[in-house]
Amino acid sequence: MATVTTTAAQQRSIESNILSRQQRSLWQDAFWRLRRNKAAMVGIVIIALASFCAIFAGFIAPYEPTAINTAKNNMDPLFVGGKYTDSSYILGSDQLGRDILSRLIWSSRISMVVGLVPTLLVFTMGASLGMFAGYFGGWIDNLLMRFTDIIYAFPDLLFVIIIMATLRNTWLGDLMGGLILIFVALAVVSWVGLARLVRGQVLSLKEKEFIEAARATGVPTTRIMFRHLFPNALAPVIVSAAFAIPGAMLSESVLSFIGIGIRPPTATWGVMINEGFVVFSQSPWPVLLPAVCISIVMLAFTFLGDGLRDALDPRMKI
Amino acid sequence: MPDLLEVKDLKTQFFTRDGVVHAVDGVSFELAAGETLGIVGESGCGKSVTALSLMRLIPMPPGRIVAGSIMFDGQDVLKMDDDDVRAIRGHNIAMIFQDPMTSLNPVLTISRQISEALELHMKMDKSEAKKRTIELLEMVNIPSAKKRADDYPHQFSGGMRQRVMIAMALSCNPKLILADEPTTALDVTIQAQILDLLKNLAREFRTAFILITHDLGVVAGMTQRIHVMYGGQIVEKADTNELFANPKMPYTWGLLRSIPRLDESRKAKLLPIEGLPPDLIAPPPGCRFEPRCQYRREICSQQVPELKHIPNSKPDHEARCFGTQEGGWLTSTDWRRDVGSLEQLEAIKAEVADLPPEVKRVEAAGELPPPPSA
Repeated sequence: MATVTTTAAQQRSIESNILSRQQRSLWQDAFWRLRRNKAAMVGIVIIALASFCAIFAGFIAPYEPTAINTAKNNMDPLFVGGKYTDSSYILGSDQLGRDILSRLIWSSRISMVVGLVPTLLVFTMGASLGMFAGYFGGWIDNLLMRFTDIIYAFPDLLFVIIIMATLRNTWLGDLMGGLILIFVALAVVSWVGLARLVRGQVLSLKEKEFIEAARATGVPTTRIMFRHLFPNALAPVIVSAAFAIPGAMLSESVLSFIGIGIRPPTATWGVMINEGFVVFSQSPWPVLLPAVCISIVMLAFTFLGDGLRDALDPRMKI
Repeated sequence: MPDLLEVKDLKTQFFTRDGVVHAVDGVSFELAAGETLGIVGESGCGKSVTALSLMRLIPMPPGRIVAGSIMFDGQDVLKMDDDDVRAIRGHNIAMIFQDPMTSLNPVLTISRQISEALELHMKMDKSEAKKRTIELLEMVNIPSAKKRADDYPHQFSGGMRQRVMIAMALSCNPKLILADEPTTALDVTIQAQILDLLKNLAREFRTAFILITHDLGVVAGMTQRIHVMYGGQIVEKADTNELFANPKMPYTWGLLRSIPRLDESRKAKLLPIEGLPPDLIAPPPGCRFEPRCQYRREICSQQVPELKHIPNSKPDHEARCFGTQEGGWLTSTDWRRDVGSLEQLEAIKAEVADLPPEVKRVEAAGELPPPPSA
């Protein structure tokens, strides 16, 4: 006969089960939700692959990205077939006979760096300015936010183009083949959005009782800002960073495509499209392949950003 | 023995677009070490602002403490620089907030939040602070404190969070705890537990505390003395038993009349205080309670009554009412029998009912100082 009563031992184990249940923080919860999002996971896998290519480009790429072989120029990729293919050029070669696959792999390195570094700069600048403005309020807020408004008023791409065009031939433009200048230009135009976002968050958070409680405990101002306020404002910041990375990559490609970004011969997807355009009527592949790469990586980051937004939204408790 | 806390003529005002809100208007009181004090009054009468002023936590702007002195342990809190005040907060004076649901930071673990004060004020290192945190959690009866210490606030129930708040307040052995409506957000059974805990711990550690509440029932068993506040002023001071047995201010009578009593016949009606609390931007010229008082006379709207000793009462019993003071017309009134002029009461009721709804709303909003803590 089945009994519904539990023994004392069972009871104890149930209790201890409850108490020893795995503790999950907000972030662990969010990660768990992220893992259930298929699109976001696909995005993560693609980003991981791209990062792998970027880090180990030297080992994976069959050729040097700048190795020229004019005898074998304008080869089609192997999957196209036909007589203009060469088994040693899997994705074909461009008009100078450089291996497209190798160039794509090396380009991913630039793209990843251009995606991450300006975003990091934006993150630090925007978050700290926004936090100061929001927390202190008053004239500091006014000053910082009017400054932000001024920057915001410029059309983004135009501003970047102006910066690049004017500073390209100075010492700053020469650092690391123009990379540093790109970082700076992209960061300068895009920190404003983040500053506004963080300020808005801080404005609402600083009125919360737990901040008052922290002040009543005698916590110093900087510690309140960085330890109590910032982690609470982090979720939307992460989401916007996830969307900012592909934005920066795309901007780099656009700049390189119109010829004021990274200087050739350094391979980037934008540079490749720019150079491939010349021979587009003979072979579309030097343009199409880097374009596909850009699209895939952009899509991956967008998936991840969407997934993060859903995962970090507390109202989405599943 | 010198007083631990001596507040003299404290005036806190909020400078808003609509005018100056006299949220706290000349409050004076003192508190000995280990003593317990209740501050009672309805919403918007300046209780919380008083408490926040004591720790200099009034948001500036729009708020400002314009006059008075707060002597804590021989030092004037109002004259200290910011670092000294910060050293006092959480260390010598601790505060328990009203809503435990929102007073804990959702992204930090319980132990990190309690350790914070220990690391800041007691200069403990991480492991010491952790050990002490667990002790504190055990002291406030959190089951399996060691495991729960690394939980996040959302994993705790309301009562447990308020215990955590108490543990936080006690962490540095403060001399004074300010409890601002500590049980308002909790249900009744938990209220009793929390109050008991607070009382016992305060007694054990000889901590003085000020209990701020709108609920006379809460202070009844908790504190030695009670101060009743109305419209930014203290209107009656007495020790707890005296206040309940022999109240001497029509406002206190009104508060007591509006509490249901177990020993009253079922048919007896509760008598509310009619009217609206005073607009603290332009308070009534005379007694602040005069517009709502059914015992009022002409003098009440012309002169401001002082907080004075009342005849027929204990020596430390003071009230701010012309009627009950020496030579007044209410000195021998039994508040339980004589509810005052009922016509007056009806008139006040009618007056409020006649007001267009917008005015009522504006007045109700004006009576609240801009929210410092809610």
